[in-house]
Amino acid sequence: MATYSTNEFRAGLRLMVDDAPCAILDNEFVKPGKGQAFNRVRLRNLLTGRVVDKTYKSGETLPGADVVEAELQYLYRDDEHWHFMHPETYEQLAVAEEVLGDTAKWLKEQDVCRVLLWNGEAIGVTPPNFVVLRVTDTEPGVRGDTASGANKPAVVETGATVRVPLFVDNGELLRIDTRTGEYVSRVKE
Amino acid sequence: MPDGPAEKGPAWRPRGDRVRWERRAGVIAGIRGFFAERGVLEVETPILCARGAMDPVIASFRTIGPDGRTRWLQSSPEYAMKRLLAAGSGAIFQITRAFRAGEAGPNHNPEFTLLEWYRPHYDHHRLMEEVGDLVVSILACPAPRRIAYARAFRELVGVDVDRAPVEVLRERSQAAGASGRTAAELDRDGCLDLLLSHVVQPGLSGLAGSRAVFLYDYPASQAALARVAGTPYGERAERFELFVDGVELANGYHELTDPAEQQRRFESEASRRRIAGLPPMEVDERLTAALEHGLPPCAGVALGLDRLVMLALGIPCIEGVIAFPDAIA
Repeated sequence: MATYSTNEFRAGLRLMVDDAPCAILDNEFVKPGKGQAFNRVRLRNLLTGRVVDKTYKSGETLPGADVVEAELQYLYRDDEHWHFMHPETYEQLAVAEEVLGDTAKWLKEQDVCRVLLWNGEAIGVTPPNFVVLRVTDTEPGVRGDTASGANKPAVVETGATVRVPLFVDNGELLRIDTRTGEYVSRVKE
Repeated sequence: MPDGPAEKGPAWRPRGDRVRWERRAGVIAGIRGFFAERGVLEVETPILCARGAMDPVIASFRTIGPDGRTRWLQSSPEYAMKRLLAAGSGAIFQITRAFRAGEAGPNHNPEFTLLEWYRPHYDHHRLMEEVGDLVVSILACPAPRRIAYARAFRELVGVDVDRAPVEVLRERSQAAGASGRTAAELDRDGCLDLLLSHVVQPGLSGLAGSRAVFLYDYPASQAALARVAGTPYGERAERFELFVDGVELANGYHELTDPAEQQRRFESEASRRRIAGLPPMEVDERLTAALEHGLPPCAGVALGLDRLVMLALGIPCIEGVIAFPDAIA
């Protein structure tokens, strides 16, 4: 893998930092007029999601991280893993539950997710921005109440709970923004 | 119009607008007025120079002169201005372009504008007074407070800059964010530079209770071209820097005038360049000769004019105050 010098640092570059793949979020050149030059870098650890600030002497090099993104289709889950498939090569990939984290509650079979791979292993899964899921458990819908703004919890088929307007009924399909976890609209079948 | 580096427009279009260019011109006019009133002579010195800075932390741009020999784009007008002083110029100032290779960021453009001035028979404290007057006149801020370098480190970093072993400074540097390798490789002064920019600068205004703060009496190892004097606490460089809202704005010295000591500093810089694997830089023998002829006792200061404009206009990024920053030059 290539190494990168501080003068090649830029947002989005992926590097190995303390044995973990990290992405540069921000890179600032810091230099006292009569002193040592530094690069102060904000990094996201791609394994833990944590953001840290690190400072490197200008000219220092770091190894690049072999991290790639792939669009993979979610197929099914078993007791240990969630299984994905590349839509063109049909290659399959098993992803452990802890890698999915919060994403798991939005995953429905056939949906295409963005999977981050480090040395060929999945280290992160981002669900589609919008998913369509069926309501499996909520209080019966209140007809005609489209204006009050009041809401109630509803459980959807993947197990997630979202706040929905009072008129939503069991069995309906909902469009949900996975980035905020919020209800967007009902979807006609 | 947004002010960040993301500020975009057609590639031909300079940054900012008429109002902003007028305000920058207003700051420059204010500076000229300030010095005219005080009888300080405006001078000009070459940008294209036969000798570059020897300081290993300053990288100069290199080019070729008509005689086929190397020329350097000045990183500061210091050497030539000292030759003017030795020739009897009296108090002088200039506003000039200076260049530093590899310096680019929110507070750095590789080509930038310096205001530099010298006051014969001033020491660094008297010059701080005048720098304060100028900055107050441009920024309309309260007069800067003064804090000794050692006190700032004691109160903000919790270390004694004279006695703390380098291991402790490395630990503090790592705690301030330095990578393990960087912390291990930094020498004493490197650690102090890191701690100054990461810990002291952000805390300085709070400690002093003022937007503008002078740090003064630097460790002797960071003297650059300042005199070193014995104090009850040990040797101190008669050097100061001005920080406004945590931004390094000016750097000044009670100037070294002793040619033998100047020669030793040049030799030490040359050996640090060798150790760092940097290209050798010849000593400016015209400066050395001027010092031998006799430089009057004086104090001098360089102030980053672009940063002063940033502070005056409330713009957080240097690209916002330069019509043609490096990206579109």
